Amino acid sequence: MMLFVAFIFYGQRIQMYIMIREVESRLARLKFIRDEGRKMAISTIKEIGKPQEDPTERVDRFLEYIAIAPESMDPAGVVWKLEHVLDVRDIRFKDEVRLMAPEADEAQLNNLENTLEAALALNIIYKVIRHFYLLGKKTLSLYIIMQLQMVLPLIMREAEAFASALKAFATGQPIGDGAGALVAAKLMHGHEKRRIAQDIVVATVPLEGRTAHVLKSEGPGGNVGKPGDGIRRIIEETEGKIAAIVMVDAALKLEGEKPGDVAEGVGVAIGGPGIDQFKIEESVLKYKIPVNAVIVKEDIGDAVSPMRKEIFDAADTVIQRIKRLILERTKAGDSVIIAGIGNTIGIGQ
Amino acid sequence: MTEKAESPAARTSFFYLAIILVTLILSVIALSLGVTALQGGDASAGSYALVGFIGLALSAYMLLQTQRRPSRVTFEMPQVITTILCQKCGFKNIRDFQRGDYVFKEAEPCPKCNEKMMIASIYREVKEKEKERLS
Ligand SMILES: [Zn+2]
Repeated sequence: MMLFVAFIFYGQRIQMYIMIREVESRLARLKFIRDEGRKMAISTIKEIGKPQEDPTERVDRFLEYIAIAPESMDPAGVVWKLEHVLDVRDIRFKDEVRLMAPEADEAQLNNLENTLEAALALNIIYKVIRHFYLLGKKTLSLYIIMQLQMVLPLIMREAEAFASALKAFATGQPIGDGAGALVAAKLMHGHEKRRIAQDIVVATVPLEGRTAHVLKSEGPGGNVGKPGDGIRRIIEETEGKIAAIVMVDAALKLEGEKPGDVAEGVGVAIGGPGIDQFKIEESVLKYKIPVNAVIVKEDIGDAVSPMRKEIFDAADTVIQRIKRLILERTKAGDSVIIAGIGNTIGIGQ
Repeated sequence: MTEKAESPAARTSFFYLAIILVTLILSVIALSLGVTALQGGDASAGSYALVGFIGLALSAYMLLQTQRRPSRVTFEMPQVITTILCQKCGFKNIRDFQRGDYVFKEAEPCPKCNEKMMIASIYREVKEKEKERLS
């Protein structure tokens, strides 16, 4: 009898303690991932960069970096402001990594930067979750703890994804996100390349009787470059005489879909903060160039962990789709742009 | 921030063991009380037995939980395979990924025809065990 009374009056409280316990164990896991990531980043820097002094302190300072997004109350021109902030952040990160790892070459610098960014993301995830956990414990508010407990499964997936990304970046393995870059690399391999924008290379390749300007970010170091600038420059160089643009990128799949499935559509297929998408949409609008998208489906874990065989094999399917697409949608002698989007880590050209 | 956080976890697990022990003892007492009450023909025997069984189940469940937790803590590297291909004669060399490998990197000369080989693919194979798909 007493037990029932206790449940009636304290049921919610008991439930809350159970939730707190669950959050606690997840938080311990997050902390473990964060610490392992940090350790791995430091050991990789020591191994590759051969610094004179211990990089630990510098890494710890790096893991606390913040970038403040521009104010968007008056949204006109906010894209350029955001681009500027991200550029400054990027330069700052590169300089910092260069100081940590003086012996690393350009590709290794990019990989180390990516590694540290993954470690930074893990650190922030851990700290935010810890914040809400402590806040919930302090206020004993069921609603704070409940919200936390509800989002935690998704957060954990994201954290595990960042952890595997960190491992891939530290060793320089290609990741699932590089599916687009891989397709472009396969198309442009053996042709002459030139750099057309920051970290973007382009090759002019004959394809099915058309002239294809194939572009991707410059590998094998980990970076995504600025494909928006690259595409704009090609359009300007050809004075808008582009019959079609095909963008190839990895895209998040829905649960139940197979990784490595290929789908087609229209529109600018590119992720990130939206700057490149904006730029490409602006430049194609001027000349009314149709933009086609070919995407390779994968889930968030696959996108940032070493490339799965299914995704690697999808590159050939994508190339077949691109060929069919330009045969159907353009005439012989036309020029097309094929843009392989994504992080090109571990993929040369 | 590194070492200090280790001790609370250890303390909680000790605390939990203590709770489990207390629950266990209390439920055993409740059960024995239930048995004596049953022998005396007392009406409260059922509720004693109920409390005892719930306590037993609870402590068993908690024990199981403490057993299960540590096994989830892992940070292992996935196996990634590099395939090196000879463009001329098709000779294939498959090995584990090494730092510095990248797709389209020139590799060592082919042992068959001495032509420069190239890294043709780098991927991770996933053992499908959990998937039976709805389609
Ligand atoms: Zn050979």
